[in-house]
Amino acid sequence: MANGAAPLRADPLEVKVGVLRQTHSRETISILDIPAADDFLAGARMAMEDDNTTGRFLDQSFAVIDKRLAPGGDPLAPLNDLRAEGAGFIILDLPAAETLEVADALRDKNVILFNAGASDDRLREEDCHANVFHVAPTRSMFADGLGEYLIWKQWRRWLLVVGSHPEDKLLGEAYKRAAKKFGAKIVEERTFEDTGGGRRSDSGAVQVQRQMPVFTQKAPDYDVLVAADESEVFAGYLPYRTWDARPVVGSAGLRPTSWDASHELWGAQQLQNRFERQFKRGMNARDNQAWVAMRMIGDAVAHTRTGDPSAARDYFRSPDFALADFKGQKLTLRAWNQQLRQPILLSDGRGTVSVSPQEGFLHQTSELDTLGFDQPETKCKLP
Amino acid sequence: MQTSMIRRALVAWTALMGLGAHASATTAFITNEKGNSITMIDVDKMEAVKTVPVGQRPRGIALSRDETQLYVCLGDDDTIAILDAKDLRRVGELPSGADPEQIRLTPDGKLAFVANENDALLTEIDVATRQAVTEFPVGVEPEGVAVSPDGAMVVNTSETTGMAHLIDWRAKQTLANILVAARPRYAEFNKDGSELWVTSEVGGVVNVIDPAKRAVTGQIHFDPPGLSKEQVQPVGERFSADGKLAFIALGPANRVAVVDAASKKVVKYLLVGQRVWQLELSPDGKYLLSTNGVSNDISVIDVTALKVVKSIAVGPFPWGVAISKR
Repeated sequence: MANGAAPLRADPLEVKVGVLRQTHSRETISILDIPAADDFLAGARMAMEDDNTTGRFLDQSFAVIDKRLAPGGDPLAPLNDLRAEGAGFIILDLPAAETLEVADALRDKNVILFNAGASDDRLREEDCHANVFHVAPTRSMFADGLGEYLIWKQWRRWLLVVGSHPEDKLLGEAYKRAAKKFGAKIVEERTFEDTGGGRRSDSGAVQVQRQMPVFTQKAPDYDVLVAADESEVFAGYLPYRTWDARPVVGSAGLRPTSWDASHELWGAQQLQNRFERQFKRGMNARDNQAWVAMRMIGDAVAHTRTGDPSAARDYFRSPDFALADFKGQKLTLRAWNQQLRQPILLSDGRGTVSVSPQEGFLHQTSELDTLGFDQPETKCKLP
Repeated sequence: MQTSMIRRALVAWTALMGLGAHASATTAFITNEKGNSITMIDVDKMEAVKTVPVGQRPRGIALSRDETQLYVCLGDDDTIAILDAKDLRRVGELPSGADPEQIRLTPDGKLAFVANENDALLTEIDVATRQAVTEFPVGVEPEGVAVSPDGAMVVNTSETTGMAHLIDWRAKQTLANILVAARPRYAEFNKDGSELWVTSEVGGVVNVIDPAKRAVTGQIHFDPPGLSKEQVQPVGERFSADGKLAFIALGPANRVAVVDAASKKVVKYLLVGQRVWQLELSPDGKYLLSTNGVSNDISVIDVTALKVVKSIAVGPFPWGVAISKR
């Protein structure tokens, strides 16, 4: 067998990448969604191997250092550990507040952060930071991605059901904004109060069957029920249980997402196969976002031939940067707020139903910028 | 009665002409990725002759040098079927490794190269003995393979690694790993082997590589009117018989770009079917066929006039194309 690797140089470049992630709740509506121990991290690990294969040809190697944060824990302690271990790039899966705390702490340091978890629009708008690149799509991108499809489908009358937690309300706002932007009508808005109670228990299932039809009755005429439930309290119970025979979209039913384990278009099957083989499970959206962030790092180091984070920053912001993903087109960067431009998949969990932007939603620079807050509306001011 | 006699006479006459002219019939073979079939096309008459089942997920297709056999990559069967080019009967298999997508033969037709995306390997197959003789490690998700006209250099592109690997095949040694624009798909040498053109599906360009200098010397950009830059996704490519023009399939831009090979300027964009994948020239160089994955047809391009002259319906999701003069 021949050896295709190039001869190694005396001092190969070693790039250390930190992964800082807060564990996600195991209280999911479906047992299929309970996060694995290596949730998020697995995506970064697979991209690390991809980067290392490329690095083999360029005398570059990549290592991932994993730090976990318990909910409510102080992110600065593991952050300092990562810094001490020499990580110049750090991939985050943290809520918005912790993401901001980390970004503020590293404001004047030569470290690049990748927000691959938080979808809060404010992190890209009024709270944007020059040291943060956003891989995760925003709530407004998700809502617009779904909204374009509903308009294309001529399902313009939406019954909006929003959860009682702050994140649910932010998502609800994004759907209201999408309705206004694309000319849909929210016929009524309802709030689903989280009153606690057993999820997945037998008695819970009996209650759900009675509760959901009652909750959705006496609604004005509508085409689809749009559920905004990031907290996994009710949306998963709505399909097949609404009073009227209407499809459910949003946080259940047809979901806008960055990735799903059932997505196989545009060569995605290769990525799914490799992931499944290595981690013995399907790749979820968080895994994929971590994979994209780690691939961005590998791509920047390969092109700049240095592990210097500031060189990577310049590269991402240059017209040369384009990342190959498996969503039908290249991913580029919105330089004004450092959000990754990307299509939004619409998935029912069994396959990809559609991908937005939809045909006919036009834009002067990129049709991808029909998704989410656009440059003229941005509140972000980067130095 | 009379018309049917005339028709029968015509059929007999056509058959005789076909026999008499012997090697004049040009036949194209189209793999239908989702139809699990191959469509045979009479290129002279510009019509489909028949569609036959072949195995699961056929994509890459190549003819043996004597044009008696077809090699068809069957991705979901993890094999390469050898078919008799006359009747499409299966006569054997080549060892391919998992999920073969493309196959490329050396100019002498003795060796075949297959990239295995799942294993980051380039497999060399001895066509006569049907044995894999070398497995060569390359980048993540290896894809396109090209062989230099003299057979000395083999080039493989890797999609996720984003490189063209230039390999001295006699010495089995990597000469260079060249970074190109994102997701390189196909590689093609020009007629004299002085240039290597690599299409980047995501980068949206053709990378022109000087194989002697082992460096990218230029990039060709595409800007078909009325289309966004994301829709331009270069994939399959072919040079005209005289080497003066290059044809680049632009994927979901639904166009084939015609490029002046010397000046690297785009001469024309030809509107073809939806999601154009692969291209092949007829052996006489008169026609170029494009497989249009989403519209389930192929477009026939008149190379002299630079015009699309015909669309021919084939099976679901046409992908690969090979053309025989027999």
